[in-house]
Amino acid sequence: MEFAFTDEQQMIAETAQAFFAENATSDRTRKAMAGDGIDRALWQGFCQELALSGIGLPESSGGAGLGFVELAIIAESAGAQVAALPMLGSLVQAGQAIAAGGSDAQRGEWLPDLISGERIAGYFHDATLQASGDRLTGGSRFVTHGSSADLFVVTDMQQVWIVRADAPGVTVTAQTSMDQTRPFAHVALMDVPGERLSDPGAALVAAHQAAFIAVAAEALGGAQACLDRTVAYSKERVQFGRQIGSFQAYKHRLADMMIEIEQARSAVYWAACAVDEGSDEAAMAIHAAKSFAADAYFRCAGDMIQLHGGIGFTWEHDAHIFFKRARSLQAMLGSGNWHREKIATMILGEAA
Amino acid sequence: MKLGFSPQDELFRQECADWLNGQMAGEFRDIKNVTKLTGNPERRKEWEQQLGAHRWSCIGWPTIWGGRDATLAQQVIFAEEYARAGVPGRVNHIGIELAGPTILTFGTEEQKQRFLPDIAAGKTIFCQGFSEPNAGSDLASVRTKARLDGGDWVVNGQKIWTSMAHIADWIFVITRTQEGSQGPKGLTFLMMPIDQPGIDIRGIRQINGDAEFNETFFTDARCPADSLIGAVGDGWRIAMGLLAFERGVSTLGQQMAFRNELDEIIATAKANGAANDPLIRQRLAKAEIGLRLMRYGALRMLSQTDHAKIDGAALTYKIQWASWRRSLGELAMDVLGQGGEISDHAEYEWDTLPNLFLFSRADTIYGGTNQIQRNLIAERGLGLPREPRGMS
Repeated sequence: MEFAFTDEQQMIAETAQAFFAENATSDRTRKAMAGDGIDRALWQGFCQELALSGIGLPESSGGAGLGFVELAIIAESAGAQVAALPMLGSLVQAGQAIAAGGSDAQRGEWLPDLISGERIAGYFHDATLQASGDRLTGGSRFVTHGSSADLFVVTDMQQVWIVRADAPGVTVTAQTSMDQTRPFAHVALMDVPGERLSDPGAALVAAHQAAFIAVAAEALGGAQACLDRTVAYSKERVQFGRQIGSFQAYKHRLADMMIEIEQARSAVYWAACAVDEGSDEAAMAIHAAKSFAADAYFRCAGDMIQLHGGIGFTWEHDAHIFFKRARSLQAMLGSGNWHREKIATMILGEAA
Repeated sequence: MKLGFSPQDELFRQECADWLNGQMAGEFRDIKNVTKLTGNPERRKEWEQQLGAHRWSCIGWPTIWGGRDATLAQQVIFAEEYARAGVPGRVNHIGIELAGPTILTFGTEEQKQRFLPDIAAGKTIFCQGFSEPNAGSDLASVRTKARLDGGDWVVNGQKIWTSMAHIADWIFVITRTQEGSQGPKGLTFLMMPIDQPGIDIRGIRQINGDAEFNETFFTDARCPADSLIGAVGDGWRIAMGLLAFERGVSTLGQQMAFRNELDEIIATAKANGAANDPLIRQRLAKAEIGLRLMRYGALRMLSQTDHAKIDGAALTYKIQWASWRRSLGELAMDVLGQGGEISDHAEYEWDTLPNLFLFSRADTIYGGTNQIQRNLIAERGLGLPREPRGMS
């Protein structure tokens, strides 16, 4: 029992933090926001130069091995800069699904290109998907970075298929999305051939666990950045002849942000460790992490705007970039109430 | 980063559980599941001695002082098994968690020999004389005076909120030894025997009807000149060092007691149908999450080996558990409904959950109020400007 980073984990964290802080700058993110929400140079650097994209994916398919703790470290660092990357859909959801549920041939065909960043995958769940054999009709309006995807991993929670974006019958429409660093596309499938993953159960478990942890870790990084930036501002800004951070109403709110963030940090690394170690707490931990960290992020991002005053409400300031990502993380992959109801069922049984 | 315990640790867990369960099924079955700190005081003292006799009292202490040199993992395991077995809280928690570590860190060799074995053996029960009627959050403004008279310190003044003073043998006291000094300067940390004519203890009845806390009056109370820890005038440094020990492994035992409280609320909700209310379900899930995060926050705090670094988990821990538990008390009453306001006892006494509701109002006050905690977090954790000091 040692609930602290190993030296190697600490090194990964420092490398990732430095990479995103240097490269995922506000200017570059804003350029990506005006386009398809991907900073291509950042993506290339992340996947190829730093080779961080393979973390949590098997070495036999070109991944770097390691586990969800390391994946969380990467997601936390990316989240701190609201990096405009298709990491969640492509590497975390689709990548983990294919790695855990794909055949050798499927892993060999898709994973190396996803890890190198040469191909991008989207991922979606459609509860009303119609499957006639492996011909699929359905779709989703919430496919992150879907406009940039070369393939989609599609599930109805029973089976999981790979669909090529250029297959006949696939229509992809970019959506004007509140969070422009991770825009949604509407993907419609009309009698499109899908390639079934050989072990859908394993694919779904892996995709869900990884996505809940990655989203929670991203939220943690974002929340910490909101606090750090607001603390810095509170020391610069002077009103009534004092630094505004010297007012108790202000500093207590910052303290409350830190209290939430420290719990979110415990939640994220508890969940990541529990899954990595196969602990029987893993099922509860991933729901706790996703709901707690996303709520903490939203609260911190909202407080960041409030504590910056008028400048925090402008497009020019970065506060809205955090705020919109926070909102997006809260709603995606199940609301906080949904995740907490899962935990309620574990401790109380189903409601009568 | 690793959460799991080794096979040797799991063997140790079994050893702890076997011994504790054996005690609670045997000689000490009459105190099993007693939750109030004030319940059965004589038997509780005997329990302290039983722990000491079997070297389970202070397992993290060095072997020469009655401990086992236990690893962090072993201490975590013992704290968990202790509460799981329904063993009541430690009436000498101030001795083993505060006085002992303070003597171990700052005391002389002679003081270690004099006090540590007896604390570990459950023969010396300590209480804490810090707060005064006019020195609460502003602890450094204590006025209780001590002066040397021949070979003795002579102490005059009043302390308050001295938990367990009515059963304690010794009290450690922050006193003002430099005439005319103010704030943290001129203070000295003394250890005094309680059983003497100059010390008078009066219970304070609390909102739950119980009297765990006391007022302690010093009227020419005496202790030998060598009863001080550190040097004359060094009291503030020792007191602050002592308070840092509050965040030790014992917090995990406290959490297991919280676990038992939450489990009782869950069982009540299932039995009375409150568990079908979607809002109650959300609140219970939040309470469950909060308790788990408290555990992992504590493990992060205890795994932190770089003590020079300001550790966010440690700094936020007190307000986190205090706020969580106060909310738990409110949730308990909402699960109980109006029935929670009626006691089955003829006296003004409350069962676990209504008592939790009432007592937990103290959690966000003692040991640094939530407001003081936020100041500390903002100033020490975030580097924000300090609160301005008034004229005194």
